[in-house]
Amino acid sequence: MSALVRVEGLVKTFGSGEAATRVLRGLSLTLQAGELTALLGPSGSGKSTLLTILGTLMKPTAGSHSMLGTDLVAADDRALTLFRNLHIGFVFQFHNLLPDFTALENVVFPTAVREGRETAAARTRGRELLARMGLAERIDFPTANLSGGQKQRVAVARALMNRPELVLADEPTGNLDRAAAMQVMALISEINRDEGTTFLISTHDEKIASLCRRQVVVGDGVVTG
Amino acid sequence: MLYALKIAIRYLTASKAQTALLVLGVAVGVFIFVFMSALIGGLADFILSRTVGDISHVTIKAEDAEPAILISPEGHVLAVTEKGRMRTATLAEAATWIPLIEAVRGVVAVSPQITGAGFLTRGAQVAQVSVTGLEPGRESAILNLDGYMVEGAARLGSGLVVLGQRLADDLSLGLGQTLRLQSSGGVSTMLTLSGIFQTGNGMIDSSSVFVSLPTARTLFAMPQGVTRIEIKLADLNAADATALRIRGLTGLDVVPWTDGAEQLKEALNAQAQTGYFLKSFALITIVIGVASALLLSTYRRRPEIGIMRAMGAGRGFVVVVFVTQGALIGLLGGLMGAGLGYLALLPFPSREAFRPGTLPMDITQGSYGLAITLTVLGAILASILPARAAARVDPVTAISQ
Repeated sequence: MSALVRVEGLVKTFGSGEAATRVLRGLSLTLQAGELTALLGPSGSGKSTLLTILGTLMKPTAGSHSMLGTDLVAADDRALTLFRNLHIGFVFQFHNLLPDFTALENVVFPTAVREGRETAAARTRGRELLARMGLAERIDFPTANLSGGQKQRVAVARALMNRPELVLADEPTGNLDRAAAMQVMALISEINRDEGTTFLISTHDEKIASLCRRQVVVGDGVVTG
Repeated sequence: MLYALKIAIRYLTASKAQTALLVLGVAVGVFIFVFMSALIGGLADFILSRTVGDISHVTIKAEDAEPAILISPEGHVLAVTEKGRMRTATLAEAATWIPLIEAVRGVVAVSPQITGAGFLTRGAQVAQVSVTGLEPGRESAILNLDGYMVEGAARLGSGLVVLGQRLADDLSLGLGQTLRLQSSGGVSTMLTLSGIFQTGNGMIDSSSVFVSLPTARTLFAMPQGVTRIEIKLADLNAADATALRIRGLTGLDVVPWTDGAEQLKEALNAQAQTGYFLKSFALITIVIGVASALLLSTYRRRPEIGIMRAMGAGRGFVVVVFVTQGALIGLLGGLMGAGLGYLALLPFPSREAFRPGTLPMDITQGSYGLAITLTVLGAILASILPARAAARVDPVTAISQ
């Protein structure tokens, strides 16, 4: 396996002066391609901030961040937007689907927004992904009509739409019951195994973490284990 | 672009009631714009037609003989000719110019005339009148005599005279009666009253008489030529340009109706300015309405904008989505408002059939295309601020909301 993502000496400070809060304090982490990694740590440890920086949605105050050999600290907003679209998928705790769109429209969004239209190829890929998530019968359902577990599976399908090398999942099962959570984790494990997609999953749940081959513990802004 | 359009349409159709209200608000603004355009335009035409519609739009006047001094070789003044004293000025070559003038673009009628002062006598009653000799067949070329006739016909033949209702009443004249018309030069002739008109203009109705051109030649001892040529145009506003063109063509003294009509022009300009203000306010209302509605939408959809940004949507894409919404609202509101405006104007009489007591609305001057174009542009302008605000949304903050 080769290094897919590398962060070194990552510092992130919010606010300034006396109100400044340092969330990351020189965190270093390397993710190998194809890893299924759980990110553990108490609330306020910096897990979400780390995921946000790895997802190029935020820049660190200091430190380096590279992915696929690209220096992402130096890149501008336009370059980061394209990079994110092509190489990174997101799964959020509250699914965060577009409420006025169907399941299929949500899934194809990352491709359509880059290509400027919903192509037939994108729709085919979207249908395949939804079928794989067990949602073949829900393809044209408005997302408002789906259950919480179904919505999260749509979110997983959307994260995989552009075949990203890295999927960042922030508490993807945190809002689901145990059965639905296990179903989502089973899908993530299957995709990681079959397609070699790298997953970094932030969770409080030891059971969920135990399903990942690697566990990284963050505490007080650094990797502690 | 196509995908941004789809998203914009989806957002608009997702909140149907809100969108419908917004479009209706824009439509009301456009309706006011169209209504005001039709009213201001119709009113201007109405005023113009009532004030200058029945007068010559361009007039060619015979130039008075220039003052001249005849001096002997020794330097003594032998004779002095004062301007306009020696003879009535004439356009001797009128017959030559008329076909040329008729060929000028925008000219719809040409009326060669002989005009002068005279006295109308019936029995012991005498009235001072203004005499106009018109070419038979062109009686209604300038003043629509045919349209104003209340008795008889406007046709002028040898020995016939047509005059106004008030003059006829003053002299107790009736159709077929004979009267004597004497020119200021002392030539008199007996004429038969063949028609009585009523224009509504007191001056014309009480002191104007119309005779045929041959009769006027006799009265004013003018065997050839005319004193003036009156010209009517298809477009009143083209009078200045047409006058210049005819002047260049003939070298004659050509005067457009706008000469000496500054007060009327100022009144019309003031009226037009009022219209512009009202229409501008309607547009400003549209812009404020669209901007506030889209700002609200931007705020409500912040989390979705954050998601889109996280999924790889650039700031430009977000801007296009919101600007497209503005443009669609403007287009729909514009079309609806223009359509409603057109329907509301349909019951009003056409400009040819304006009646006293009704609003002189002119359905053809609704400025429908302009209203729609300005509304779409205004709505696009209004959506830029919300769109930029949307593009600046921080995806991390928005997603966590």
